[in-house]
Amino acid sequence: MHIPPLQIGEYTLQSRLIMGTGGITDLSALEKALARSGTTLTTVAMRRYSPETKTSVFTMLEGLRIDVLPNTAGCYTVKDTVLTAELAREALETDLIKVEVIADEHTLLPDVIETLEATEQLADRGFTPLVYTSDDPAAAVRLEQAGAAAVMPLGSPIGTGLGILNPHNIELICSRAKVPVVLDAGIGAASQAALAIELGCDAVLVASAVTRAQDPTAMAEAMRLAVEAGFHSARAGRIPKREHALASSPTEGRISPLEDLT
Amino acid sequence: MPTVRINDDETILAEGATVVDAVAHTTGRELTAEGKPTDGGRLGVAVALSGEVIPRSRWSGAVLAEAAELEIVTAVQGG
Repeated sequence: MHIPPLQIGEYTLQSRLIMGTGGITDLSALEKALARSGTTLTTVAMRRYSPETKTSVFTMLEGLRIDVLPNTAGCYTVKDTVLTAELAREALETDLIKVEVIADEHTLLPDVIETLEATEQLADRGFTPLVYTSDDPAAAVRLEQAGAAAVMPLGSPIGTGLGILNPHNIELICSRAKVPVVLDAGIGAASQAALAIELGCDAVLVASAVTRAQDPTAMAEAMRLAVEAGFHSARAGRIPKREHALASSPTEGRISPLEDLT
Repeated sequence: MPTVRINDDETILAEGATVVDAVAHTTGRELTAEGKPTDGGRLGVAVALSGEVIPRSRWSGAVLAEAAELEIVTAVQGG
């Protein structure tokens, strides 16, 4: 079965696996992993031009025909976030922006108050904000109202690989959101990417789980398959959870009568 | 000749230098007056002058004054 593309504002996302490019020094290994992942949208950060960045990640993504999703990583305030987004739009000629406003460098947790204000300003300026946030269902609703084109709750803190710590919250966010939900941050293994989609997420963003894996290309493929499996599983209609066992073999015609067993 | 700050480095540019000249100087690429690389590739660079983004269409008209502060940024790996 074909997996339909996902509409995020005016942008059509072909693959539901969004990739990150950080956490790996070998650019050719990154290129192989991105190609194998089947991703069509991949994040980059905006930094001062340095003469050493000759072989740019931007040129590589262009070659792979992967769209860029600039992020505002490293921003702590609304002002920095908006300036970074404006620079990204100018440099990369895209309205897409992954809004990332962190509270401190130790936890890297999103500062939801600043994030909300930044989202509102960026939406007003014509951006398509994909907003990194905590797994708080109330915050997700507020961000949507502020103009988020997609909300991106974390499964667990960035780079931890702890997976989805509060699946109930993620499920709740998905059940109420009118915009796409992208699980962002914390994924370590493919099973967790599948779970995100099963919980109702429309897409998954994976960076460290692939780029820091021992075999990034193999993990990229695992993630692609997991997102596909999760999509099919979510739509197949899972069985309800039960307290007790329910036999799938018939009870009639057994060789020992029921009384003997009790 | 104005001394400007590009990405926190002091740089001396020619008299009457514009943002196009500053970008060409920093990236080492030859640019047209419209700020496009003459090699035909994409530049992937944006400029802020004193904290304000200068759209590429205004680069050639933006003459840099003494002590002007420029940020020249591009995409790097991340996220």
